[in-house]
Amino acid sequence: MDLDFVIACAPLFAASAWLTVSLAFWGIALSLALGLLAALAGYYRVPILRRAAGAYIELARNTPLMIQLFFLYYGLPRLGILLEGRTCAVIGLTFLGGAYMAEAFRGGLTAVGRTQIEAGLSLGLNRVQLLRHVILPQALAVAIPVICATAIFLMKETSVFSIVALPDLMYLAKDLLKEGHSTESNLMLVLSYLVIILPVSLLFAWLERRARFAGFGS
Amino acid sequence: MNDTDNQPGPAGGGNGARVLRIRDLVKSFGERRILDGISLDVSQGEVLVVIGPSGCGKSTLLRCLNGLEPIDSGEIELKGEVITRPGTDWNRVRQRVGMVFQNYELFPHLNVLGNVLLGPVKVQRRKRPEAERDALSWLERVGLADRASSFPRQLSGGQKQRVAIVRALTMSPEIMLFDEVTASLDPEMVREVLDVMLGLARQGLTMIIVTHEMAFARAVADRIIFMDEGAIVEQSAPDGFFESPESERARRFLNIFEFSEKRRE
Repeated sequence: MDLDFVIACAPLFAASAWLTVSLAFWGIALSLALGLLAALAGYYRVPILRRAAGAYIELARNTPLMIQLFFLYYGLPRLGILLEGRTCAVIGLTFLGGAYMAEAFRGGLTAVGRTQIEAGLSLGLNRVQLLRHVILPQALAVAIPVICATAIFLMKETSVFSIVALPDLMYLAKDLLKEGHSTESNLMLVLSYLVIILPVSLLFAWLERRARFAGFGS
Repeated sequence: MNDTDNQPGPAGGGNGARVLRIRDLVKSFGERRILDGISLDVSQGEVLVVIGPSGCGKSTLLRCLNGLEPIDSGEIELKGEVITRPGTDWNRVRQRVGMVFQNYELFPHLNVLGNVLLGPVKVQRRKRPEAERDALSWLERVGLADRASSFPRQLSGGQKQRVAIVRALTMSPEIMLFDEVTASLDPEMVREVLDVMLGLARQGLTMIIVTHEMAFARAVADRIIFMDEGAIVEQSAPDGFFESPESERARRFLNIFEFSEKRRE
């Protein structure tokens, strides 16, 4: 084990980890928004949007992220659309994640009973108020475990970003592997992912406990 | 509850002003006709108890009154305003018609105060401090002031149902609908809920109560409506109804309760 090498490379890993985290953050945040919209289109049976959402979910879930990125980065320029690597990464992650998040939200939304909705209606809540104060909070509490699992899954999916020439963790490790020091590089790669994902996992575990506490059962 | 509890007997049939007018109400689910031409008036301060065998349409009747079930034909008037025309703003009507459900339907993610304040604050846009004072005083009257920050899952069935009643009352409805509100309760909790309702009746609240609690019905009602197969078979004063029902069907229905009560003893 070459400690000097490890110390020398630590800043590189830190920089790459930061890139990975920030791309993952945007990808996850936008996935949540896109997923919620897609789920709501289905939930409220919005005529055309509902079908579009269904088609999107199937398309996104049944193609690998790497292929999606390939299309964005190498395919679109042929159509005259030139996107930066980072933009591709965030779009790709959002496209993939949105579908999984939509399914998570859908599960939560369908878990809210009809009688709860009737109770809300009986108070005179309009559709928006009903969604905001009765349906969403309960749906979210049910969906949170799946949302958290999806977020972690998306963080790990960032490891394919190197194909759009982004100096993320995987890219850096591959680079260093070429120069030897395979044990150290591999170890630091694993550690880096652990360092960024483990806190997120713990945060989500706490969130799930909160959600359980907030609700449910009679 | 409060000092009005000591007044003798229920308010006694209301003061005549008509709160609700129902004419020829018809409602079907597919081929099955659930309500077959119901006509009914309810006056201010009146307590109407609707009884009848399961599936006779009594719950559906209540659900039509606040628009949870769209009706097929007929007319419903709330204080002179027809609420069954197309384009009725049900969100507005529902603020005037309180509803309490068999299974409480408290919102599990909100505490007691949150449940009770949702309507006044979000729907009626009342100022929170004032609405909160009002809510707390209602909670106190039903004996739950100390549970304001509890969550529904921490309450007994009877407590939940009392909160549900308060949740409807804080909207200051013109009429309250009670849909078998003690049917899901353990026997020892039925009383606490019925006491609250009796108190409200004596205060002069206009109420329509669907129940299977016959002794309570007799005590609280100004008028009994007996329904069977989607129609009103008989309506009369409670004592008359329970002592000598006019119709054969009501007699048979009451006999069932006689029998089961004897067996239980």
